[in-house]
Amino acid sequence: MQRYFKTIRLFWSTAFASQLEYQLNFLIELLAMLGTLLGSVFILSLFFTGGRQLGDWTWESALVIQGVYTFLDGLTNALLRPNLTEIVNYVREGTLDYVLLKPIDSQFWLSVKKFSFAGLPEIILGLSIVFWAAIQSGTTFSIYSLFVFIISLLIGFIILYSVWFLIAASSIWFVKTWNATEVLRALLAAGRYPISAYPVILRFIFTLVLPVAFLTTFPAEAILGELKFNILFFGLILSSLFFIFSRLFWKFALKHYTSASS
Amino acid sequence: MHNNPNDLIVVDQLSKYYRVANKQPGFKGTLKHFFDRKTYDVPAVTDISFKISPGEVVGFLGANGAGKTTLLKMMCGLIHPSTGLVDVGGFSPQRRQTAFLKEITLVMGQKQQLIWDLPPMDSLYVNAAVYGLSDHEAKVRINELAEMLELGEELTRPVRKLSLGQRMKSEILAALLHKPSVLFLDEPTLGLDVNAQARVRSFLSEYNKRTGATILLTSHYMADITALCPRVICIHKGKLFYDGDLDSLANSLSPSREVKVELKNPCAIEQFDKYGEIQDLNDRFVCLLVSRDKLTDVVSNLLTDFDIIDLEISDPPIDQLIGELFIKGEVN
Repeated sequence: MQRYFKTIRLFWSTAFASQLEYQLNFLIELLAMLGTLLGSVFILSLFFTGGRQLGDWTWESALVIQGVYTFLDGLTNALLRPNLTEIVNYVREGTLDYVLLKPIDSQFWLSVKKFSFAGLPEIILGLSIVFWAAIQSGTTFSIYSLFVFIISLLIGFIILYSVWFLIAASSIWFVKTWNATEVLRALLAAGRYPISAYPVILRFIFTLVLPVAFLTTFPAEAILGELKFNILFFGLILSSLFFIFSRLFWKFALKHYTSASS
Repeated sequence: MHNNPNDLIVVDQLSKYYRVANKQPGFKGTLKHFFDRKTYDVPAVTDISFKISPGEVVGFLGANGAGKTTLLKMMCGLIHPSTGLVDVGGFSPQRRQTAFLKEITLVMGQKQQLIWDLPPMDSLYVNAAVYGLSDHEAKVRINELAEMLELGEELTRPVRKLSLGQRMKSEILAALLHKPSVLFLDEPTLGLDVNAQARVRSFLSEYNKRTGATILLTSHYMADITALCPRVICIHKGKLFYDGDLDSLANSLSPSREVKVELKNPCAIEQFDKYGEIQDLNDRFVCLLVSRDKLTDVVSNLLTDFDIIDLEISDPPIDQLIGELFIKGEVN
């Protein structure tokens, strides 16, 4: 376990060093991130001009969702995108062989090898929006609600990670990932607005089929102290299932890789 | 199967087939391919058996696509055998257990594992952490290997700015950090210039002597094999076709020696017919192919019958022989 922590530390410090090799690129990434963020807050403010409500959400509580979305988007940019879009290259270039011969879990290696520090401000900003907006809407925090908030964020992140990893792992067969990244970004983007803002059918799909609700709406409800315990419980089971499935799928994919590659 | 404790690697009746489907060209072919797919097995490696003792340096020879890499990858656990058995140090490679992975390493000449934008040193410490080496152990080990490989400040320069030779040496350093006892090297000198090749070769030979590590290597460069490998395993079209020492391979491939003679006075060609097959005759220089059992007689006869200034006996070059071998497809 300690070996894994030390490995992560070295992975990320080398990732940081690699990014600093290209200073200009790093600055541009930061600027691009800032632009997207301002854009999304602006769009949201349009919805609420004139005091309109979105679903049964007020401006402040919808802003909490925006905050959670920003946080997850930051985490995606920091961790998921740099690593998971790289898997196809490991397969294409055959360097997956090196990973498989390391005495370390290959899914772990492929999932945390890189860390893009350009995602970090977005993560911090997202969290700030969440707390600021929650305070604005008159929420009082308790240790319990903070705990539930962290757990529900974790649930959302694990679900997003697992789905993304599943798609990335399929590159072992296709050696090309059919713009899967875009599909997932769209999925995440659907979570920018409260789930109750969507028609009933979509609401149902986003909760049970594509668990978008778990990504943003439920964590937001958690910090606002409105999340029902059974949903949290359901989320824990669902995310565990997703994660276990991603691991089993990876094992299966590797079996194919090792019996078919040359 | 009975395992001799002296055998580090046991490969027994190993085969690997790849299932492929053929598609006829055109739309009709596509439809047929979709609805009624005919698959068949293409053998990559067929029924190969051999044993390797600890500390051996074994070269795998074969033309492109002969099955060398498939064989090597089955031994390090990257490809599952279709049938047959591989045993490396008591492990079944395809299970890739941690204890097994810590004992082996793989270097592929055409694929790199070092981080492109950073100096090799950064990648080395990542590898050290993955193998559970402490910073101190890693440092000692890196210094030791860097000295053997004659790497100095290259280790703190970004990989993208290193020459191919420096990069390859750094790759080798990264691969040997965890003191593996079995080295799988797939074309480790690919693309290197003659000097860099020689340095990699002398390093491998020294490493083998110092640590007693077993080295299995494939190479296109015959010089790698002749310099490093007392034993060679030849693979042709997926089948094992020679396993033994390099010298006897040369002997069985070419039962003849070249005898070059420099004469004091020019002589007629017919005079040499009885001694052997004439390869070349040029004024005062004669080159004859003489079978080895008659070699001593022929040489002494030549010396008494002619006025000879110089005489040289040599093997035909091995790479030429191997080349002929793969075209012919069999050993005499």
